[in-house]
Amino acid sequence: MNSVIEMIEGLGRSVLNALARLGLAGRFFLAILMVIGVPLRRFSLLVRELYFSGVRSLLIIVVSGTFVGMVLAIQGYEVLQRFGSAETLGVLVALSLVRELGPVVTALLFAGRAGSAVTAEIGLMQATDQIAAMDMMAVNPIARIISPRFLASVVSLPLLACMFSAAGVFGAYLVGVKLIGIDDGSFWSQMQAGVDFRLDIVNGLIKSLVFGVAVGLIAVFEGYYAPPTAEGVSSATTRTVVTSSLAVLMLDFVLTVWMFRGLNG
Amino acid sequence: MPLPAACMDHEMSVVKSAPTHPDPLIEIKDVHFAYDERPILRGLSLSVRKGEVLAVMGGSGSGKTTLLGLIGGRILPNKGKILVDGQNVPKLDRAALYALRTRFGMLFQFGALFTDLSVFDNVAFPYREQTNLPESVIRDLVLLKLQAVGLRGAAGLMPSQLSGGMARRVALARAVALDPMLMLYDEPFTGLDPISTGIVARLIRRLNDAFGLTSLVVTHDLDASLKIADRVIVLAEGQVYRDLTPDDVRTTTDAFVRQFADGLPDGPVPFHYPAPPLLDQLLGKTVAGPNGGGTP
Ligand SMILES: Nc1ncnc2c1ncn2[C@@H]1O[C@H](COP(=O)(O)OP(=O)(O)OP(=O)(O)O)[C@@H](O)[C@H]1O
Ligand SMILES: [Mg+2]
Repeated sequence: MNSVIEMIEGLGRSVLNALARLGLAGRFFLAILMVIGVPLRRFSLLVRELYFSGVRSLLIIVVSGTFVGMVLAIQGYEVLQRFGSAETLGVLVALSLVRELGPVVTALLFAGRAGSAVTAEIGLMQATDQIAAMDMMAVNPIARIISPRFLASVVSLPLLACMFSAAGVFGAYLVGVKLIGIDDGSFWSQMQAGVDFRLDIVNGLIKSLVFGVAVGLIAVFEGYYAPPTAEGVSSATTRTVVTSSLAVLMLDFVLTVWMFRGLNG
Repeated sequence: MPLPAACMDHEMSVVKSAPTHPDPLIEIKDVHFAYDERPILRGLSLSVRKGEVLAVMGGSGSGKTTLLGLIGGRILPNKGKILVDGQNVPKLDRAALYALRTRFGMLFQFGALFTDLSVFDNVAFPYREQTNLPESVIRDLVLLKLQAVGLRGAAGLMPSQLSGGMARRVALARAVALDPMLMLYDEPFTGLDPISTGIVARLIRRLNDAFGLTSLVVTHDLDASLKIADRVIVLAEGQVYRDLTPDDVRTTTDAFVRQFADGLPDGPVPFHYPAPPLLDQLLGKTVAGPNGGGTP
């Protein structure tokens, strides 16, 4: 009997803790938005973070995209040729990439590559009093340190997702056209006809923009509130990757439902 | 690498010559502060006079760092007034607080240099953020400040390439960049060898007198603070326990201050964490807890 009560108490406590943390994150988000003009006005602050988060993620994104595209081509060809429509491979690959895999896989890779680095960097700055020192020098650390990193994530994720999709299409072209021997012309023309700008490309960009906000916020939040110890920073880094990945996958579901509502019924 | 000693002035015998004005720069009145439910400061009152170097001493956890946080407005007291230059810090809004902080310099325990910026850029940081000076002027100012702490030759290094003492001196140059009225030092001597301790101590005194500052030095290091301080305050149980001159400290018979001054392991501050009698515990008359502590 007692243990049941204890269990329920424990459950209630962790729910309350989670809600409190969510509230804290919400307030932190507002505080970032209040000073989001700073990295826009002082562009050099943003450029540095774009370089570290965006440019340095480029290689892993392009390589992953190429491989995902190559695999899609093989799998897609195998299914499509059963129905005798192998020449529609271009559409299949492009839609899978632009609508889903581009935004989602890019966001997952970005959380692991750039998000974790941002958390660790900010956590260490906190642990070594650099953020306190800046605050004592009357320079707002949210404006100077946090908001450029957040904005860099929001800006670079959509761009990286485009790169990912482009690399994927290229990989599919290599396998589908060069290796398997699908007709070059129909591969591209089917793709051109089958991909809608508004419905597919813009929706994909909206998704990766939302993922950029989520991953960016989680990364800076976890870093800023990491306990100032080695253990605290390392577990905050792990949490960034885990929480961002879950958030991306759940948001993807919500956004997909919202975007394709009313299309079939 | 510049030799520290070579960079210092030669007539560096420390002379406490600050003309201390009677009127206070900081006045703390009946301040209470608690972390969660645990009281740290209980009715602390003290004042810091313009121009003096005040050393604040006290055991670990006595609330010294907390005191600096309160003065800087980084944490808010539960009760009481903290007047700095006539302004009540806890009541200031963000803009006014930041305006006041531009006139503070704070040296953190391990320097808190920005690890992604070079020594030069660290010292240039306050100028670039708070002034519109052209880069050529900033360059000269930074070099002058680095010269004052003897590290002009290290301008191009990154913080990770500095020793602890050098990092502390760079942080000192950065802290005095904007010619503050008040300097706050959190444990400026911990982790330094005796030579570096001496260098930093002399710098604190020299900067204070040369620029007409007021300095609050939080420290464990009695020797160093006796050399440079005009006044020593001992914190205990969340209040000012004693307010002494350095000479008083050397001669006092107060058991607590003596324990501090002479570094005795046992005295009013006990060596042992509370525990049941050793013999009882060894003979198994008490049940040892998981961390060796016992419950009778
Ligand atoms: N953020 C915090 N949350 C809860 N308790 C804290 C926090 N910061 C400090 N404390 C506690 O408050 C007490 C006073 O801390 P403070 O850092 O002011 O001590 P101190 O005198 O500077 O000690 P030291 O000489 O070890 O630096 C300590 O017991 C510490 O455990
Ligand atoms: Mg302390």
